[in-house]
Formats: sequence, structure tokens, C-alpha cells
Amino acid sequence: MSNNDKLLEIKNLHTGFDIGGKTYYAVKDVSFDVNKKEVVCIVGESGCGKSVMSLSIMDLLPKHNGKIDKGQILFQGKDIVPLTTNEMNNIRGKDISMIFQEPMTALNPVLTIGFQMDEVLLNHTRISKEEVRKKSISLLKQVGISRAEQIVHEFPHQLSGGMRQRVMIAMAIACQPQLLIADEPTTALDVTVQAQILELIKQIQEEVGMAVMLITHDLGVVAEMADRVVVMYAGQVVEQSDVDRIFYDPKHPYTKALLGSIPRLEEKIEVLNTIKGIVPSLKNMPETGCRFADRCPEAMPECRTITPELGETEKGHAVRCILYDTSRPAEKAEVQS
Amino acid sequence: MLLYTLRRIVIMIPILIMISIVVFALALAMPGDALSGQIDPSNTKPEYIEEMREQLGLNDPVHVQYGRWAAGILQWDFGRSFVHRMDVTEAIGQRLPNTILLSVLSLLLTYVLAFFMGRYAGRHPYTIGDYGIQGLNYLMLAIPSFVAAIFAIFFFSFQLGWFPATGSIGSGVTPGTMEYYLSKLKHAALPAIVLGMLTTASYTQFLRNDIIENAQKDYVRTARAKGTPENKIYNKHILRNSIIPIVTLFGFDIGSIIGGAVIIETVFTYPGIGELLITSIGRRDSAVVIAITLMLSVATLVGNLIADLLYGVIDPRIRVE
Repeated sequence: MSNNDKLLEIKNLHTGFDIGGKTYYAVKDVSFDVNKKEVVCIVGESGCGKSVMSLSIMDLLPKHNGKIDKGQILFQGKDIVPLTTNEMNNIRGKDISMIFQEPMTALNPVLTIGFQMDEVLLNHTRISKEEVRKKSISLLKQVGISRAEQIVHEFPHQLSGGMRQRVMIAMAIACQPQLLIADEPTTALDVTVQAQILELIKQIQEEVGMAVMLITHDLGVVAEMADRVVVMYAGQVVEQSDVDRIFYDPKHPYTKALLGSIPRLEEKIEVLNTIKGIVPSLKNMPETGCRFADRCPEAMPECRTITPELGETEKGHAVRCILYDTSRPAEKAEVQS
Repeated sequence: MLLYTLRRIVIMIPILIMISIVVFALALAMPGDALSGQIDPSNTKPEYIEEMREQLGLNDPVHVQYGRWAAGILQWDFGRSFVHRMDVTEAIGQRLPNTILLSVLSLLLTYVLAFFMGRYAGRHPYTIGDYGIQGLNYLMLAIPSFVAAIFAIFFFSFQLGWFPATGSIGSGVTPGTMEYYLSKLKHAALPAIVLGMLTTASYTQFLRNDIIENAQKDYVRTARAKGTPENKIYNKHILRNSIIPIVTLFGFDIGSIIGGAVIIETVFTYPGIGELLITSIGRRDSAVVIAITLMLSVATLVGNLIADLLYGVIDPRIRVE
């Protein structure tokens, strides 16, 4: 794939939080790309650093203690990490936009939908207020809100969760961004509404021709939407590949375990499969060795001493596990030399 | 909204009747009456005092006295002040403009100062400026108003001579001239500042904390994700939310405009309602005491109503049908 197709390149991203004078990394050495017009799904349990990673891209980390320590985020070939807030404001909402998990709180409760819709257009375009309002209404219609003319005068509490998420999507696509980051956009919604919202994102993605970075822990959603999948665990990428290989030829034990925990219709089981244990918290992250070792069914003694690296097992399929030779740091060094 | 307001006003009527009974009963329960304050018992025939009591109706049963008084009120007759030898309405009417000037001035100072200090401290928390404002706040909260008033008189009136120490008007100015109004303002300024100290400090703190809290909210993150400049985020998104509790308090403050400040007016010997209330209690001028207390009750009730209505106006989630 040529360089021109790469829309977003994340290189060795380290995002940390300062707690009590020490920096704890929620995202440690994450690298992956998003190509133009591609849907990339980021998968992993809660606490894997998915959201922190996406907030890093948008420069929306909590100001008082969150910061990007190392690494680059290249958007259209340009590093956006060193940009000032003002410079980021020219990108946010215009070239990259984002929708969030909680539509109930993501809109300002005391401003009208119309005000909040208009705002994104007023931030990035130089058209008159009347034109902006017209555009807002047509955008709301585009996301399937039929009463758009009335809705612009209403307040968020007058809308249902699904409607609010549609408003969020309408705002996000207002300036026809290159990249839409959707951080678990359906988690807080009813199951029936979830499918509609995903359908809408997919449909708009095709219409507008934007790339979508979809963060989810629902593998059903992944199968439905993704072109490529990035599996994250404890702040690291543990496996990435195209969607078919993730589902039919998963390599990393964590990916296998995630897939194994989906109940299947044809099987009759008493207890649902789960992955034992929880993601280690920021303060209890193992210094050396594999971060998944404690929960891994295939763990060997070496797993606690050798820190695996992300290595390609075949073109376009990378794994971070010493079961695969390419992930052993020593051998990788040899390959490089 | 109109219907709601009307309903609230109608509900006030029984409340006011209850209050008037309590107030009337309490005033009568005060030891002594206007006569015992006015007449030297050792110098007057007891028969004469008794006759006067009979004449003034002070010997009638309580409910008869109350009925007579209540009937008077319905005709805007609050009785006569024995001390001031004029109608109660007139005695209060003379003082009311002073108190309103003082209260409005104090409220204005409170809101302007609290708005700007709170907005600054909320936007720049944990900076030198914020600590300065907070330090000032705690000082204003910690010093009792009568102490502050005495210090203010000492420094600004006696030492520096910037403001007059007592009264509400300089001597020898003709009413209606520019000089007259300036003199009024100058007399009200110092008590207004001291009167507003406590509320300024609390409202600044309310606004600051609310802004800090709101800055963490999801909708702020959304606004940032849209590329909205920080100034607009603070001045539109956050302030529009954080101003709600302050504006609502304004309703209650309106109630206090008429009430004035008993302590501050007394310390500054500022001829307002509060000072009138204190002297009237001291001299058993029960008609005045009852009238002022009733007036304060009405002001509080109306203030509460305004507060509730303001809530509906400013917060779309509580708009009343």
C-alpha cells in the first residue's frame, strides 16, 4: 500500500497520566495506521487504553494530568502532537471528528440542538448564519431525523438517546471529515437502536468517503463493520490484521480468548466462557514480560521474563506474543540487522 | 407559566393570614406596650392610663384586636406609630427608599464582583489569581459584618475621609439636585459594600466551583471535539450552565432588598427599615414592628416565587407549563 493511502499513522504513542508525581502509561508504544476510507475497529476490554488512545489523537486528554509523552500522530503526513490548542481547533470537527459513548451527557443541556449543530459549521466555515442553519437542518435529515425543523429549537433532554446520538453523528459529519473516531457509539443505547446507529455510520461512511476508527468491545459489531482490526490489551496493540484473519486465524491468545467468549447459537453450554481475571490497573502493570501472562491459558515461564514485541507473522498481520518467533525481541533485532 | 404564577399567588393568601396571626400574637406578647414606654407611671394617674388603654382598645380580647387590625390592613391602614406620631405607612414610606437604595447598590456590587471574580477563578483554578480571590473570599466570609462595618467606618470615614460615617444624606443639600443624589449614593456606598461582602464571597465561590465542575463535563469535551475555541467554551457552554444557581439566588435576594440589613443599618445609623425595626422593638411600637415583619414575609414569599420563575426561564429542563 502506498504512503498516499495512509490517512493516520500512529507511531510509538505513549500516553500517560501523572498520579502522585509518577507517570503511569495508559497507552504504551502503540503504532498502527488508518488508511483513507477504511473502517478500523479497535477492540479490547474496558481499561485497555482504547479511549485514551482516541482522546490522544483529538488532544482531548484531561488537561491537568494526561499527556502524550512520546510518539507521533501523523495526520495526512503531518505530526499533530506538537500542535497548539488553536491549531488543533482547526482540525477538530473539520478533518477529524469524534462521537462518544454517552449521548445522554455529550450534549450541552442548556443550549438548543440548533445552536450546538450550527456551532461546528460556524467554527470551520465562513457562511452566513441562515445558511448554516439550513445546512444543520439538512444534516439532521441526513442522519434520519425527520422533524429536523422543530428539533433545532429543542433541548437535548427532549430527545431520546438514539436521537441524541444521531445529532452527535450529524455534528461529526457536518464538515465532511476525513476521519471519524467513534468511541463505543452504541454502548449506551438500546439493542434495537444500536443496529440503526451502526447502519447509519456505515452508510454515511460510504456516502462521504471518510475513514472510521470504531472503538468497541462488541465483536459482532467488528464483524459487521471492520475492514481491519486492532486488538489492544493493557495499553498495547497485541494483534492487528484484516478482519477475516482476525476471525478465522487469530494468533494472539488474547484474541482467541475474546473470540472464545462469544456465545454461539449451535453450542449448548451452561456457563459462558470468560477470560479469567481482569486487565491490570495502571499502577499494577508488570514491568517486564507479557502483560497478558497472568490471564493467558498458554503462558510459559518465559512469558514473565521476555517482553514480547509486535512483529509481523505475515504481510499485514502483526502479533505481540513469544509463541511467534517474530515477536521475540532478540530475533527481531537479528532480522533488523 | 401565567397560570402557575397565579396559582402560586393564590396559595400565598392563606400563608400570609397565618403569618399575620403569628406576628400579631408575638407583638402582643412583648412585655409592655406603647403606653408604658410613653408615659411615666409615677407621674400619671393610673385611672388616666387605664382610660387611655380602654380608648386605644388595648384591653379588648386578642381576637377582637386582631380583627380590628386585619380589617384596617385590608384598607391599607396599618395603624399609627405611637413613637413617631404618624401613620405606620408614612413612617415606613420615609425609610423605604433609603433601604432600597442600599440594597440595590449592595446587590449590584455583589453580582458584578462575584461574576467577574468567580468567572476568572473558575477558568484559572489553582493559579495565583485564583488563590488571591479565594483568600479574599475567606476573609470576607470570616469577618462578622458588624466588625467589618466598624473597621470600614474607622478606616474609610475617620482615617481617610472618603465616605461619611453615618446617616443617609449630607446636611444642607436641596432635594432633587445632582448634589443630593450624589450625597445619597455616597452615604449608601460604605454600608452597601459591607452588606454585600458575605454574599459576594459565597457567590464567587459558587460560581468558581460550578465552573470547575462543569469544565469536566462530557459536553465540554464534545465542544472541544468540534473545534470550539476555549473562550467560547467557557463563556457560552460552561457559563450558561454555571450561572443557573446564581441567577436563582437572585430571586431570594430580591426578598432581602426590602428587608434591608438590621445590623448594618444600625451600625451606620443609616435611616432604613432595619434600623426602624430595631428602634421600634426597643420602644414597643408594636404597630410598626408588625407592619415591617409582615412586609418582610411578603417580600420573602415574592422573592421565592421570583426565584422559582427565574429557574424556569434560565433552565430549559425546568420550564413550567
